[in-house]
Amino acid sequence: MSNEKIQAELEKYEANVAKALAKFPERKNIPEQRLYTPLDIQGDDYADEISFPGVYPYTRGVQPTMYRGRFWTMRMYAGFSTAEESNKRYRYLIESGATGLSCAFDLPTQIGYDSDDPISEGEVGKVGVAIDSLADMEVLFDKIDLGKVSTSMTINAPASVLLAMYIAVGEKQGVPADQLKGTIQNDILKEYAARGTYIFPPRPSMRLITNIFAYCSKNVPKWNTISISGYHIREAGSTAAQEIAFTIADGIAYCEAAIKAGLDVDSFAGRLSFFWNAHNNVLEEVAKFRASRRIWAKVMKERFHAQKAKSMMLRFHTQTAGSMLTAQQPNNNIVRVALQTAAAVMGGTQSLHTNSRDEALALPTAEAVMIALRTQQIVAYESGLADVIDPLAGSYYVEAMTDRIEKEAMEYIQKIDDMGGAVDAIEKGYIQKEIQDSAYKWQMDVESGAKTIVGVNKFQIEEEPPKGLLRVDASVGVKQTAQLHEMKAKRDNAAVQKALTDLKTACEDENENLMPHILNAVRTYATLGEICGVMRKVFGEYEAHVSL
Amino acid sequence: MEDIAQELLNGSRLALSRAITAIENEYDNATAIMKKLYPHTGHAYVLGITGPPGAGKSTLTDKLAKEYRKQGKTVGIVAIDPTSPFSGGAILGDRIRMNSLTLDEGVFIRSMGTRGSLGGLSHKTADAVKAMDAFGMDVIFVETVGVGQSEVDIVKAADTTMVVLIPGMGDDIQAIKAGILEIGDIFAINKADHDGADKLVTELNMMLDLDGVMKEWRPPIIKAVANQNIGVTELVETFKKHHDHIVSSGQLTQRRTERTKNEMLDLLSSNIGSYITRNIVDTGKIDKMVEDIKAHKIDPYTVVSEILQNMLK
Amino acid sequence: MDKRIRVLVAKPGLDGHDRGAKVVARALRDAGFEVVYTGLRQTPEQIAEAAMQEDVNVVAMSILSGAHPHLFPKVVDLVRGKGMKDCLIIGGGVIPEGDIPALKAAGIAEVFTPGTPTGKIVEFIKTNVK
Ligand code: B12
Ligand SMILES: Nc1nc2c(ncn2[C@@H]2O[C@H](COP(=O)(O)OP(=O)(O)OP(=O)(O)O)[C@@H](O)[C@H]2O)c(=O)[nH]1
Ligand SMILES: [Mg+2]
Repeated sequence: MSNEKIQAELEKYEANVAKALAKFPERKNIPEQRLYTPLDIQGDDYADEISFPGVYPYTRGVQPTMYRGRFWTMRMYAGFSTAEESNKRYRYLIESGATGLSCAFDLPTQIGYDSDDPISEGEVGKVGVAIDSLADMEVLFDKIDLGKVSTSMTINAPASVLLAMYIAVGEKQGVPADQLKGTIQNDILKEYAARGTYIFPPRPSMRLITNIFAYCSKNVPKWNTISISGYHIREAGSTAAQEIAFTIADGIAYCEAAIKAGLDVDSFAGRLSFFWNAHNNVLEEVAKFRASRRIWAKVMKERFHAQKAKSMMLRFHTQTAGSMLTAQQPNNNIVRVALQTAAAVMGGTQSLHTNSRDEALALPTAEAVMIALRTQQIVAYESGLADVIDPLAGSYYVEAMTDRIEKEAMEYIQKIDDMGGAVDAIEKGYIQKEIQDSAYKWQMDVESGAKTIVGVNKFQIEEEPPKGLLRVDASVGVKQTAQLHEMKAKRDNAAVQKALTDLKTACEDENENLMPHILNAVRTYATLGEICGVMRKVFGEYEAHVSL
Repeated sequence: MEDIAQELLNGSRLALSRAITAIENEYDNATAIMKKLYPHTGHAYVLGITGPPGAGKSTLTDKLAKEYRKQGKTVGIVAIDPTSPFSGGAILGDRIRMNSLTLDEGVFIRSMGTRGSLGGLSHKTADAVKAMDAFGMDVIFVETVGVGQSEVDIVKAADTTMVVLIPGMGDDIQAIKAGILEIGDIFAINKADHDGADKLVTELNMMLDLDGVMKEWRPPIIKAVANQNIGVTELVETFKKHHDHIVSSGQLTQRRTERTKNEMLDLLSSNIGSYITRNIVDTGKIDKMVEDIKAHKIDPYTVVSEILQNMLK
Repeated sequence: MDKRIRVLVAKPGLDGHDRGAKVVARALRDAGFEVVYTGLRQTPEQIAEAAMQEDVNVVAMSILSGAHPHLFPKVVDLVRGKGMKDCLIIGGGVIPEGDIPALKAAGIAEVFTPGTPTGKIVEFIKTNVK
């Protein structure tokens, strides 16, 4: 049908709609068009914009065969209490068919404090595993072969230290660094913007990140040195377009910093990975994933003149949206997670964490985690969604929305460029403000009923308080502190001091790569708090820029 | 708390806080408190910090306060933020830039909403400053709301007024500059880590040249990077110079006389206003008067003279 | 008289979840309250001192990291220790139901968990503030 013909038919259809509307008014608050047609994607050139899987601009996916070869990595984020407890949970997950590990650290660890620091009181082991030194890391990976498993660590400001510990555990297990596989999150910009576990100001933080890029490209070549994360931005309240726009702007800032530090774009870009959110609006999410791949490919090619195909591929981990899971009627969350999983899979994710039904109540129980993992397995093996590559391509709606999200995101990226890039935009509080505004709008839409959340503002029931929640024993802090003191009494303290002094000198010289110095310190069993303490002294601490 | 004013004078920080609340909310005891505090005021050096929104006023105030603390001086801070004309609510967002001062016993920070006042301060700012003064604060900062050009009440409230400007404000700066030239005793060009700081210094210098031929105090322009603590000691030294200047030139006395006069007149008119509200409006007498005036039984001039005569009896 | 309800919205401890705290702060502002937001990583001592200097009517704390059993009561004690007898102290976040009685016994007037409409928080404050 020619476009003119379609246009004519569309007008007839619209006339019918007008008649129908008189009798059957539509639901309010639906931002999308009623219907999408070929007219909405007239501008799309298949070769330039959509193309084939494994082919620039990768709209349809980064690998030529996608899940027909291997499913995505089913990677369940976990960790709580002591290293010993978390080690048990990891081994349970591996036995249940999880194909990668994902470590959650407690807040003191993520902010570079030891368990015996007064500021850590009440927080040790609460929301992740407490790691004070290499000794804890050895226990965490006890009987887990680092040569086989791939490990993702959600660690940012002190990422260099935890990576060094991982390398050191590998050494002890006899696994050379160049065989280690995994990811550190290492994305400080979104910490300032949305996640909150920052330590140092932007400049030294960016230096640490580029140091890691440089060190790993030589010594730990299979390691994903950063996971540039939109997940947290979305969870903090952003829209889908904002999620990918702010994150890609962060990605641009990292590339610029690395290039400025003298690295060749193709030497590090292939190890960059991304981290997206899978929200409830299935089709919008699929469009978002597709748009993100297309934008990044163009950015790498056109802006950074990357040569290698790998540098242009946006590979991503996905986590289902915890913020969409409700404390009310928690079993409903299983269904939400299934839909979110469908979105991630149809969007072509490389790995996935699925949240548990008790998300809004406490850290998940082992049973709840099992259901969440099974959800992935059901989608993989039973649903058929993984059988055909990019199954929604060609849908007028999904293609049009892919274009729309790309456009909206590019407008944000342009605005951020005009402000001097992501670092400046964050320092000005711009990104934070945009996210907050969206979060507030969301809340008001739920409260006004413009948005329905089942069980929260519609279809509510009286419920018994939930039972059988996971509880982290309050004595974890005491136990962990005792172990820390024991370890400190045993180690060679002179060696620790020497390593820390050496690290301090290295911090003061901007041209020095800090990774080897941190690794040395870690090997002496210097603690995370001691190492970060040295860096705090030299680098200072970040002060947040909040305006409501 | 029995006698808030006395406890304040005895050094109770809670009493200071409660006194400011009483003043701000116009509690019945507010006047009594102020009467008792008044004899103990007049010792503090009051510094006004003004400038456009987001210029770094709070960040600078934080750093300046720390510098004064190093010199052993005690510091009070009154920080004003705009009250929403729609909801009457306010986000008082200055304090968050001063969190590290919170636990310093020699510092007291109080945030206030403008509550309908348009001059960049709140109606009760001056009295809050007096309460801190009576409490014994050596230096008191008053941070205004982010101002445009008309909001210049700060000059009336402060001994020294510092205007904070930032580079890259585009054309706005022209409009703002015109308004603030007269009020700045000192100009801080903050965010000098951004491009355009030198250009702004030059522009400002030119404007001051035109403006200041006859003046005995030429406002210094100082570059600063508040969040890196750059320019802060220099600013404090400049405050000292300005303070010495206004003392030796007699300007301080002059400014304070002027301020006392203004405050007295304000107090008087606000008391008259509330007398009228209480006796004429709230009692409903006004309706009868309006009717009579409308019916031309009497003229409004006579009515007002009568009200005033009654009031003065 | 020109009285406004003043609220300190505070984030004690190391918890970085601030979406809820910021949403609540804005909703309170829109309900006509004067709101001071502390930002992240405040110690109980800082929160109590800020509450006193600002003479707030309400201290509203948000914790989602599970550190509430330790931190909430500590703030209550410190705020009361400053002589702020009338100050209403409330909390919110991911707080298991089972923990709430102990928190109330420790002086937290009410605890608001996920899914609470902000209007309910506003109402609670208006009804209970002294
Ligand atoms: C969004 C979110 C995040 C975002 C936070 C973004 C941000 N800037 O806030 C991101 C992705 C960054 C994040 C990170 C983490 N998270 Co998180 N996160 C959530 C999630 C999914 C939703 C929270 C939310 O913002 N909801 C929306 C807002 C509007 O609701 P709210 O905060 O609940 O607020 C409402 C009420 O609770 C109440 N309220 C809240 N505060 C206050 C305060 C007052 C005074 C009042 C009156 C009311 C009130 O009123 C609000 C309006 O209804 C929850 C699970 C869930 N569904 O609740 C997990 C959750 C809180 N996170 C959790 C964890 C473990 C983490 C991490 C620590 C994981 C890790 N180990 O790295 C990190 C670290 C974060 C950090 N720096 O502290 C756990 C905490 C476990 C526990 N308490 O036992 C939870 C419960 C998930 C889970 N089940 O595992 N998270
Ligand atoms: N780059 C840079 N940023 C600064 C500087 N001074 C302050 N800032 C940042 O600018 C932002 C605004 O600073 P504030 O101190 O809140 O500004 P303000 O003038 O008090 O703002 P309002 O009270 O809202 O009018 C914050 O993010 C500060 O960290 C500076 O010298 N350089
Ligand atoms: Mg300010």
